[in-house]
Amino acid sequence: MINWRTALLPPALAIVFAMLLSSVALLISGASPLEAFATMGAQLFEGNTAVSTVNLGIVYYLAGLAAAIGFQMNVFNIGVEGQYRFAAVVAAIVGGWMQLPPVLHVIAILLVAMFSGALYALLPALLKVYRGVSEVITTIMLNSIVFGIVAFLINPEQFGVLHGNNLSTVEIAPSGRIPGIPLGEAGTLFGFVVIAGALGYGYWFMLNRTRFGFELKASGESKTAAAAGGVSARKMTLAAMLLSGAVAGLVAMPELLGRDYVYAMTATQGYGFTGLAVALLGRNHPAGIAFGALLWAFLDRSAVSLESIGIPSEIATIMQGTIVLSVVVAYEIVRRADLAAEQRRVGRAGRNGQPANVAEGGAV
Amino acid sequence: MTESEPVVELTGITKRFPGVVANSDVHLTVHAGEVHAVCGENGAGKSTLMKILYGMQQPDEGTVSVGGEIVELRNPQDAIKAGIGMVHQHFMLADNLTVRENVLLGAEGLHGMGRKARARLTALAEQTGLHVDADTLVENLGVADRQRVEIVKVLYRGARIVILDEPTAVLVPQEVDALFETVRSMQTEGYTFLFISHKLDEVRAIADEVTIIRRGTTVGTVDPTTVTSHELAEMMVGSELPSPETRESTVTDRAVLRVRELRLDAEDSGRALLDDVSLTVRAGEILGIAGVEGNGQTELVETIMGMRRASAGTVELASAGSELRDITRLGTLARREAGIGYIAEDRHRHGLLLRQPLWSNRILGYQTRRPVSNGRLINRGAARRDTERVVAEYDVRTPGVEVLAGALSGGNQQKLIVGRELSGEPVLLIAAHPTRGVDVGAQALIWEQMRAARHDGLAVLLVSADLDELIGLSDTIRVMLRGRLVSEADPATVTPTELGSAMTGAGEEAA
Repeated sequence: MINWRTALLPPALAIVFAMLLSSVALLISGASPLEAFATMGAQLFEGNTAVSTVNLGIVYYLAGLAAAIGFQMNVFNIGVEGQYRFAAVVAAIVGGWMQLPPVLHVIAILLVAMFSGALYALLPALLKVYRGVSEVITTIMLNSIVFGIVAFLINPEQFGVLHGNNLSTVEIAPSGRIPGIPLGEAGTLFGFVVIAGALGYGYWFMLNRTRFGFELKASGESKTAAAAGGVSARKMTLAAMLLSGAVAGLVAMPELLGRDYVYAMTATQGYGFTGLAVALLGRNHPAGIAFGALLWAFLDRSAVSLESIGIPSEIATIMQGTIVLSVVVAYEIVRRADLAAEQRRVGRAGRNGQPANVAEGGAV
Repeated sequence: MTESEPVVELTGITKRFPGVVANSDVHLTVHAGEVHAVCGENGAGKSTLMKILYGMQQPDEGTVSVGGEIVELRNPQDAIKAGIGMVHQHFMLADNLTVRENVLLGAEGLHGMGRKARARLTALAEQTGLHVDADTLVENLGVADRQRVEIVKVLYRGARIVILDEPTAVLVPQEVDALFETVRSMQTEGYTFLFISHKLDEVRAIADEVTIIRRGTTVGTVDPTTVTSHELAEMMVGSELPSPETRESTVTDRAVLRVRELRLDAEDSGRALLDDVSLTVRAGEILGIAGVEGNGQTELVETIMGMRRASAGTVELASAGSELRDITRLGTLARREAGIGYIAEDRHRHGLLLRQPLWSNRILGYQTRRPVSNGRLINRGAARRDTERVVAEYDVRTPGVEVLAGALSGGNQQKLIVGRELSGEPVLLIAAHPTRGVDVGAQALIWEQMRAARHDGLAVLLVSADLDELIGLSDTIRVMLRGRLVSEADPATVTPTELGSAMTGAGEEAA
């Protein structure tokens, strides 16, 4: 059931609340909130900011999807961060080494990335399923281990090459790149946007139309009820974790195959953590995650423009934080209000508006 | 007892919840030093009333007076100050703390934490018959001792009036006797007890006065020594007591479920939860399993469903139109597909997805079968249509199938589950407490549906704590005690009393 009030009201409230709170922060620091918000909005129409915002949004979207798959099964995959970086460096190395015809080359790189992401999620998944170790702890540890793995792999003694004073992997041949969509003055949109869209649809289809998606949601909501219905919680946890890792493996691909063609020591970090926030913001819904990813990317980009008018860019970070916090609270409030409303509606049904008698099936 | 003054008086209490009146015009008078039982069916409103008395909920109308003065109890702290304490059915203890820590936690202001507190604790432990070292961890205590710790906790905070919410539900018969002795000895020291129960024998054994609650309102207060259990039962359910009786026998000689020498060991030790359980259910037969709760019925059902792995023994099932086939190694889903329908004893934990709509709950357990699925893809349209059919056929009272399952009342949830489980063309239905906590109307409907399905050749394994239900519905009754099937009874001749004594092991050779 699509209940627009339930779906749209909380994020709207959260954004308004976050703006209010950042206004307070702005006023305290002595700047004008109106000027700040106007600058943030206006920068979107300057040069190629709009397109670069969307490009960043694509990356966040993938990270958000990866996190959301875990959330569906009540798995908190903080390891999206480690999984995508591990996948990125492996895919970049394999992609640089491989010689394949154009489309095949790309597909092979993507498969390697997904496989590597899933592989990096395998250990926490197994530990959780068979030993009950919290995935939060194991994935955080693997996140910090990945730094060493990346440094090791792109060392010239292993697979790396030195460009100036930056270490990176071997460049991927043009056959393994995904062409961008040129938008003239505005810049070039990542071609990966098509794949991201397809993934979003696939995610929606899986959850709502397939038996696997049903089992995943059921098990995520109530392991015991799902078990009585023939769904193994172990299997579902394992599947959710590996699937989440596989999608996480794609997070760095838009940039790797669409802009950088190498994975360097200096590659941007932190997409995985953003993905968690974006998934929360979008309530694990593919369209919601897209919205959350774009909003997050917009705030990231606008931070730069704030500095140009002498306002600390941390204001954008404050807004991001407050939006996530308030959206979680707002959803819970609206959910409870809706449940109470529904109970009243059920209570009235079939009793001609009379309150239910306990003896007629009223709950106590 | 009636000469003493009333210590607690509830007058005209009414409490409404969204769409439901849980208590309506309830009157209750409790005299000092008595054991006052509050009796009623599941869902009659006992718990709500006690929550009001303990300050957990506020009445919409009516007054509460303690010791002759009208008080307003806004939270449990107010109630404790007024001298009222509550021992919950589900214990509220921290397992990883010691007995002393549990008792003192949050009440450090009363007697400090030193010698004075220790002395008080020892005195109270003596009074309540708690014979354990105060430095034992609560996790090492048995259920009966935990309950005593709860009582001590309440007394330590100064309660003179103690509410015991279904205290015997978790105890075995000997422990019940011991608890009753404690209650009686404390009674002589001036404590007053409110005893919540729906077990009439126990009420008659312990109470000085009984107040009956039916459909949210008080029916009357009686002296348990002057009325029979049957009279009490009638007051509880009203005169239109539905009869679960099955008439003609439809038992065939075709075995549908055969369990042989089933054994289940506890996960942490070699202790057997189920031992040497063998039974056969034939087409058209309802086999009833009687027993005090916690004697292995839950484990038996879950092992047959494949939710627990049997340590030894076999389970065989004859699917529609085929011979008995070993399903011991199969998982839950495969067993369901082979034709087992399952009504779980705890519908919230095992039966429903409370935050999903009704049609989504129709799919649960049937996610591989038509009409709701083709094995890989879910057919939402068909699921909605079939849920509408279930709602209509089984009289589930709901405004529509998009409603979340958690918004329905217990009886309607149960009707939905029964409808779902009978829709998958099962050959065997496992029904664990199918009418627990549902209203009389839903109970009659569920009994009727089970009888109709039995008539059509369904085999039913019925586990129930309601002896009338067992005797009325079953073709054969087996009694379960400490994980074993100990005796057999013929429902045509056995009385609830005989069955009751077999269940407690008093008459192992009887029946």
